[in-house]
Amino acid sequence: MKFGVVTFPGSNCDYDAYAAVRHVVGEDVEFLWHKSNDLLNSDVIILPGGFTYGDYLRSGAIAKFAPIMESVIKFANSGGRVIGICNGFQVLTESGLLPGALIRNDHLRFSCKYVYLKVTNNQTDYTSVCKNGDVLKIPIAHGEGNYYNFDGDIKTLEDNNQIVFRYCDENGDVNAQSNPNGSINNIAGIMNKEGNVLGMMPHPERAVEQLLGSTDGLRLFESLQTAFSKVSIGG
Amino acid sequence: MSKKTVYVRLKEGVLDPQGVTINKSLKQMGYDDFISVRFGKFFELEIKDDATDIDRKLNEVCEKLLSNPVIENFTVEK
Repeated sequence: MKFGVVTFPGSNCDYDAYAAVRHVVGEDVEFLWHKSNDLLNSDVIILPGGFTYGDYLRSGAIAKFAPIMESVIKFANSGGRVIGICNGFQVLTESGLLPGALIRNDHLRFSCKYVYLKVTNNQTDYTSVCKNGDVLKIPIAHGEGNYYNFDGDIKTLEDNNQIVFRYCDENGDVNAQSNPNGSINNIAGIMNKEGNVLGMMPHPERAVEQLLGSTDGLRLFESLQTAFSKVSIGG
Repeated sequence: MSKKTVYVRLKEGVLDPQGVTINKSLKQMGYDDFISVRFGKFFELEIKDDATDIDRKLNEVCEKLLSNPVIENFTVEK
């Protein structure tokens, strides 16, 4: 399995994602330059965190027009797996690959801390090694992570089980106190209807070694490895 | 050369933490006549004299780039 990590001007978690995949997960990985349109035969694309194009206009708004995004959108629309982390999630909503928008945190502060996430859908390629209700400790670092969408679209997300992670407390209770940014229904991560595109504000690539405070981010990568081993066994 | 101004506003119902904070600040300053404040953006675009079909193009750039239709409305000043 090969990962491709996109580097935009202003990406700053691209090396973290690269290092997590190469040195901890142990899979092949290459950087993908924003000006290129070549995905280098990657099986999974990571849109990393950062401040693409200085977050000018709106977070992720300029990045969606980068040449590499044309290929990423095509790849995603033909079923390719794409993960957007933090700013990458914002790029995915701006590009229309995921519904909704990420607006300013309700308290207006940049939040950089460990949070707890409840896995609310484990029937995905990204969470298959988890059980529903599992609590993962993974850090956030954002000023605009407040997930917003219209009531009707939130209902669609709920009905289709597209909400993969919700902010919760240490015991797995999803409540207002554990919501770090004001996201509707404590939404921390969603996927598209087809299940191949995942966007999440927390940073799994920053939770891959005990030295960093948690290894729970590995569950996501292990799930992907499981998904790919099934693909290769099945031919 | 002519100029067009584009206003981008958050849609009604979309939480505007910046507006809320500004209003709180106004209240602290002693101005308590304001029910609410909504924070928005405007863009000034200088247009070439030989531009054609500019209204359509302005609409297009507003939809594609200047605003996010999920959370924002735009108006082009006449």
